[in-house]
Amino acid sequence: MAAAVTSSITTRGSRGPAAPRGVRSWWGLLGLPGGVALLFFFILPLGEILVRSLTDPSPENYLRAVTSEVVRSSFVTTFVVSILTVAFCILLGYPYAYVMARSRSAVAGILGFCVLVPFWLSILVRTYAWTVWLQNTGIINSFLLDVGLVNEPVQLMRNALGTVIGMTHVLLPFMVFSMYASMKRIDLGLERASRALGAGPIRTFLRVYLPLSLPGVYSGSLIVFVTSLGFYLTPAILGDAAKPLVGQLIVEQVNQALNFGMGSAIGILLLLVTLLLLALGMRFAKFEDIVGLRGDQ
Amino acid sequence: MRTPRWITTAAFVIAGFMVLPTLVVIPLSFTTRTVLSWPPSGFDLRWYEEILTDRAWQSALVTSLQTGVLTAVCATVLGTGIALSLSRGRYIGRRFFTIAVLAPMIVPTVILAIGAFFVFSSWGFRGSVVALAAAHTVIALPLVIVSVLNSLSQFDRTLELAGYSLGAHPVRVFFTVTLPNLLPGVLAGAMFAFIISWDEVVISLFLSSPRVRTLPVLIFSQISSGVEPSVAAAASLLMAVTLILLIGTRIPAMLGRKRKRLHAHS
Repeated sequence: MAAAVTSSITTRGSRGPAAPRGVRSWWGLLGLPGGVALLFFFILPLGEILVRSLTDPSPENYLRAVTSEVVRSSFVTTFVVSILTVAFCILLGYPYAYVMARSRSAVAGILGFCVLVPFWLSILVRTYAWTVWLQNTGIINSFLLDVGLVNEPVQLMRNALGTVIGMTHVLLPFMVFSMYASMKRIDLGLERASRALGAGPIRTFLRVYLPLSLPGVYSGSLIVFVTSLGFYLTPAILGDAAKPLVGQLIVEQVNQALNFGMGSAIGILLLLVTLLLLALGMRFAKFEDIVGLRGDQ
Repeated sequence: MRTPRWITTAAFVIAGFMVLPTLVVIPLSFTTRTVLSWPPSGFDLRWYEEILTDRAWQSALVTSLQTGVLTAVCATVLGTGIALSLSRGRYIGRRFFTIAVLAPMIVPTVILAIGAFFVFSSWGFRGSVVALAAAHTVIALPLVIVSVLNSLSQFDRTLELAGYSLGAHPVRVFFTVTLPNLLPGVLAGAMFAFIISWDEVVISLFLSSPRVRTLPVLIFSQISSGVEPSVAAAASLLMAVTLILLIGTRIPAMLGRKRKRLHAHS
């Protein structure tokens, strides 16, 4: 889907037969209303955050944010949770995408359907469903207690574990899409060549297939990591309120502490980190692969 | 090279992990108990009755529907315009414009939410369906644009040329040739926009007022304070609408295919 963006943007009208002269110059204007809406409802709000972070009450917001133990540990927690989420998404996503890319249409169709359903289902509903599984009186703990494996409920949520489980479930489809797109491009003849030259299946996988599939792993990881950084909903429901992720911290500052300047400064820092990572990641992954993502929550 | 069976099995187990955990809310929504606990017992429609008759749930449902429809309309009209502008216009800053319209996918929603909260508050614009739809439109735009661009890339422009050469006015060509051919992409974009608005939480949380709040916002506040099974019913409802719309998005695509087949035959 993302690849189509760039391809259809680059193959613009110039190539086809020309429309009447007057018509050709009017197309650009059709973007104007959307551009104006974007200006008022996207660019102005972002600008307002920047202004507030510098003037409410002063640029010292940033100094306080950077030196604050709470903010720093929140960024650390966010990074740890995001890295774990990426790791689990790779672990689960790779075999899934692998089978999906290489199977006959029926199997690929079922797997494709199973990854699209969670992609479109409400993140709120999915996260809420996880509380039914993970809470102390939840499905997993009831089972463990009934079987007698444990004597008291295991703490599965309201901590980093719950957050990582929930975020992995929410973000796995992004990883699968990205990996699938790159695996689908691999020429299977290369595998046959490798086998014909005497390499075993494991060696063929490690030396031929795996390297060719890495671009999808990179762009998938980048999407998942960057999206995790700004998560609010899943950690708010499944996570530890005492160790908030950056997204939660921003909401806390603005909603409860009414500390607008500080919240804005942390927001801008989060945005900068996100953009920086995207810029760095772009060296390994393609922009069009990243753009296929649907934002958090 | 054949895929080893154990990897295929693993993939199906992972498929189960993706789909099954969410489904537990459905049996829970029919429980006869008044406290949310597993396993559910009995079969009772009272929680659905409650959310459909209770004032708070009712008004949230109406707000969600209004916001979703308004978002779908705005995002579809604006997004189709932007897609046409990007693929056919030639002007300075088109590349920059491309990045700007896709940026809402990359900017964390929390940041957009507080930005909209600040700006909309100062305009006295917060806590209305229009405000919610305006912010939802921004995050829905990229998907509509991608969807329409997809249709545009498959569109044969000689059809338009035929229209011009037959003497039709460009506006008429647009509405009788261009738009009908793009319709599958446009309709799919509209459905995506509705679903995004229907499910959105963080922005709605900041732009809601006690009187105007969406279904997900109400569910979220209920989850935060002790849980009744009515939440499971509302969650199931949310899920059902999304699934129905998703199946709906397949229909324009199928119609498009059918039309193409008809063209091929004629």
